[in-house]
Amino acid sequence: MNGGVLSQGLLPQLAFIVVVGITFCGAIIAVFHRNILYNVLGLALALCGVAGLYVFLGSLFIGLMQLLIYVGAICIAMVFAIMLSRPVHLPKPKRKVSKMATSIFAGLLILGVNVGVIYKTAWQPASERKLDWSVKTIGDFLLTRYVLVFEVISLVLLVAMLGAIIISRYNGRTS
Amino acid sequence: MNNLTLYLLISAVLFSFGLVGVMMRRSLIAILVSIELMLNAASLNFMAFNKFLSPDTSIGQIYTLFIMGIAAAEAAIALSIFLALFRQLRSINIERARELRG
Repeated sequence: MNGGVLSQGLLPQLAFIVVVGITFCGAIIAVFHRNILYNVLGLALALCGVAGLYVFLGSLFIGLMQLLIYVGAICIAMVFAIMLSRPVHLPKPKRKVSKMATSIFAGLLILGVNVGVIYKTAWQPASERKLDWSVKTIGDFLLTRYVLVFEVISLVLLVAMLGAIIISRYNGRTS
Repeated sequence: MNNLTLYLLISAVLFSFGLVGVMMRRSLIAILVSIELMLNAASLNFMAFNKFLSPDTSIGQIYTLFIMGIAAAEAAIALSIFLALFRQLRSINIERARELRG
């Protein structure tokens, strides 16, 4: 699982290009399409592509978690919210050209700064590296060194669920 | 394909798409979609640094898991807020939600 089999040869390179293409196509659909349902489906496509990139980065476990949590839970929840709020049938006002130009300019600016930083920095690997990709080690860390963060995240998820239930049951007429 | 810069570039492009979406779209769900794209770009950065630079290759994966958990909580809260807002305004256009405008 350490990416050794996925690093050499023509076929893996082709697969990598396909995965990156899927990611960018999904991102373009998610951002620029007018229909909101297509936005969410494009997001699902982009997330699948990112899961493929995680597999290329050597972690099959995180790739599967990405598919399970993001594609399987978050995207489906968004589709449910769209179905419940029916915004698809509402009239869509036209986009303002000035707003589009401003946002695309800001995006290109941030992209330029990021690319500049990426190329200017001399990335140096840590002097001694432990190359341990097993899921067992992740579990060990989650229950020893990162146990506080783990518990706090479970608390945050619990509070978020309770808050979501209460907020969405509140019908706004009592105020 | 086995170098850090390529993954960082992919992640920067994804982040820029998310930023453009947040600034350009007016539907709240589309903004949430763009925020998820930006979060994914951050996770991709974590995984790339984890593979090529970090002293221990478990830690980046753990951080990516944490980001996923936070994103799930955020999506649940945001979607319920959108539902409540839709009941109030009959719209999820962000420009209609101006009750708190100063």
